[in-house]
Amino acid sequence: MMGLRARLVAAFAAVALLASAITAGIAYWLVRLAMLERVQNAVVNDVRTTLNQTVPTQLPNMMLTADLLQPISTALARQPGRRSWVLGDQPGGWATSGAKFPSHMRIPPKLIAAVRGEGRHDELARPLRGQQIYFQRITYRGVPYLVVGTPVYLPTTSGRTASPIEAYVIASLSRERDDLDRMATSVAVGGGAAVLVALLLALLAARSVLRPVRRLAAAAQGLGAGDLHGRVEVRGRDELARLARIFNSSAEALEASVTELREMERSARRFVADVSHELRTPLTAMTAVTDALEEEATGSAATAANLVAEETRRLRTLIGHLLEISRFDAGAAALVLDDVDVPQLIRQSLRLRDWQEKVETDLAPQLRARVDPRRFDMILANLVGNALKHGEPPVTVRLRRSYVPDGPGIRLRVFDSGPGIPKEIRKHVFDRFYKADAARTRSEGSGLGLAIARANAELHGGELYLLDTDTGTAFELWLPDIPAETA
Amino acid sequence: MGPVATILLVEDDPSARAALEFALSRLGHSVTARETGELGLEQVRTQRPEIVILDVMLPGIDGVEVCRRIRADDSLPIILLTARSDDIDVVVGLEAGADDYVVKPVEPRVLDARLRAVLRRVERDPGDRSTHGDLVIDRGTMKVRRAGEDVHLTATELRLLLELSRHPGQVLTRQQLLASVWEHDFLGDSRLVDATVQRVRSKIEDVPSRPRFIETVRGFGYRFVAP
Repeated sequence: MMGLRARLVAAFAAVALLASAITAGIAYWLVRLAMLERVQNAVVNDVRTTLNQTVPTQLPNMMLTADLLQPISTALARQPGRRSWVLGDQPGGWATSGAKFPSHMRIPPKLIAAVRGEGRHDELARPLRGQQIYFQRITYRGVPYLVVGTPVYLPTTSGRTASPIEAYVIASLSRERDDLDRMATSVAVGGGAAVLVALLLALLAARSVLRPVRRLAAAAQGLGAGDLHGRVEVRGRDELARLARIFNSSAEALEASVTELREMERSARRFVADVSHELRTPLTAMTAVTDALEEEATGSAATAANLVAEETRRLRTLIGHLLEISRFDAGAAALVLDDVDVPQLIRQSLRLRDWQEKVETDLAPQLRARVDPRRFDMILANLVGNALKHGEPPVTVRLRRSYVPDGPGIRLRVFDSGPGIPKEIRKHVFDRFYKADAARTRSEGSGLGLAIARANAELHGGELYLLDTDTGTAFELWLPDIPAETA
Repeated sequence: MGPVATILLVEDDPSARAALEFALSRLGHSVTARETGELGLEQVRTQRPEIVILDVMLPGIDGVEVCRRIRADDSLPIILLTARSDDIDVVVGLEAGADDYVVKPVEPRVLDARLRAVLRRVERDPGDRSTHGDLVIDRGTMKVRRAGEDVHLTATELRLLLELSRHPGQVLTRQQLLASVWEHDFLGDSRLVDATVQRVRSKIEDVPSRPRFIETVRGFGYRFVAP
């Protein structure tokens, strides 16, 4: 596929070439025609005039001899570049003006036949006041010649009558050929120049077409990359200007709706953040008293108290997660980094939740890394919690130092031996509030756990992803090495 | 349950205040609750509590400012109640001299454990007195003297300095210090250590930005160096 520029240039060049070729061709052809016409007329007239002057009015009643024919021939070849033969028809054969006939420059037999009236050769004839003069162009050894042949007429009382004498003149056309050659050369040079000019014009035109196209392309690219403010300058009233106008109005509409959507999303998120924040104060009070409630309620009230305590804990998790995710949304989440012994951190995290018996660990020893311990713990707790809840034992936590392909860092894998996550919902596991089972209206968790875990990984500059496994579920966390601040 | 503490609770929300007061009282503490920073400061002056639990978000002068004003002339232990662990308020509050912080909503037993840790006295050891250049650390009197002058450290600052100086030349990680000084059983906030180290340095070092006693060991933690 050629570029627009190349296509424009090619089209311009083709048009220029064709136009100059046609023009030059026609001009050349006309000039050549006129030139040949002129030469033919000149030669024919010359031959006629010379014959009238040199042929005696009365031929002797005797044999036509070379002596008689020679002067006529000489007169006919007077002009440079011409040769001539004069022949006389004798009862004993042809008398010639001297030179051997036909000479090495062959006079076409057709012309001779025409002169002698053998057959009709009208295409060679030029009738002139009752006299027939024939001519034909030939090329001999690369040089063009005009061959003129005519019977010699004698004046009689009833006009002119044909005599047994024939005259032939060969006129060289080399000068004319040279002139035409020169002309062809100048036409070619002129045509070449025209093509060059056309190419230049094509480039200019391409530039003027391509510049707005390029600007449009850049603006469209910017639009794709999220720069919704990008507009293009509208110049002139052509199709490109119209295109630019359409682009601008589309971009404007896009920007307006995207801005509106963003504003809606922002206010929705702000709403979530505000609501969660507001809920925390009563939750603080509830959390403070549920322990007492649980410990002191007896009888049927104990059941109620346990329920309240349990639900308060769940509410705390949910609101904690909502606040956490709204911090990410607001871009306010910050890392509190510390240099930690990661296997120790993992063991502590498991022990804190009484998971150390349920989880198998395969941890590279003495692996130190710079992480946010709280966030790392959240990720691990979420992954292991999910594996214990939805998977089947054994649940394994594996920690390794990582070098490739993502770069130096740590790699943590949590995998179970359960049935695994169905393929069709794998890509949704990190979505917020995504429920694998639509019938399950209420889950144990907040529905935000994996979304937060992934956001936490990304806050570290790392990644959290679901591995493509045939059995079981395996999540992998990769965190890059974070250099200590040079404070 | 251990010894009972007199606590000043400064919290503006009535139900949170009442609930926390109830929960702490139930755990055996003697609690006085105040709703603004101004009233809290007045309470500190009139009837000095053993520890202050201070909400960061207060109408009028906020918790961080209250903390700063108390610290101006008092080493009274302070625990901040904050909405977010990664709030800038936490850092500012710790720099202002708070000993620890907890995130709301907090479970009463967690708060109880924290305030007991802050209040725990370091065991005195009359025979233990170490001199490091012009710095004298006396474990018998719990006094630190620098070039012959008393250095006023809060309980937490003293505990940190004692912990570090007990292992001269040895690197202690932040998590180790959080476990030993703050008694955080797990995943403490390293900023607590950093802020407290800064405060100790500002009191015992000539040039806090180029410390002689407490060195930062990048990638690991802190080390006490006896000059």
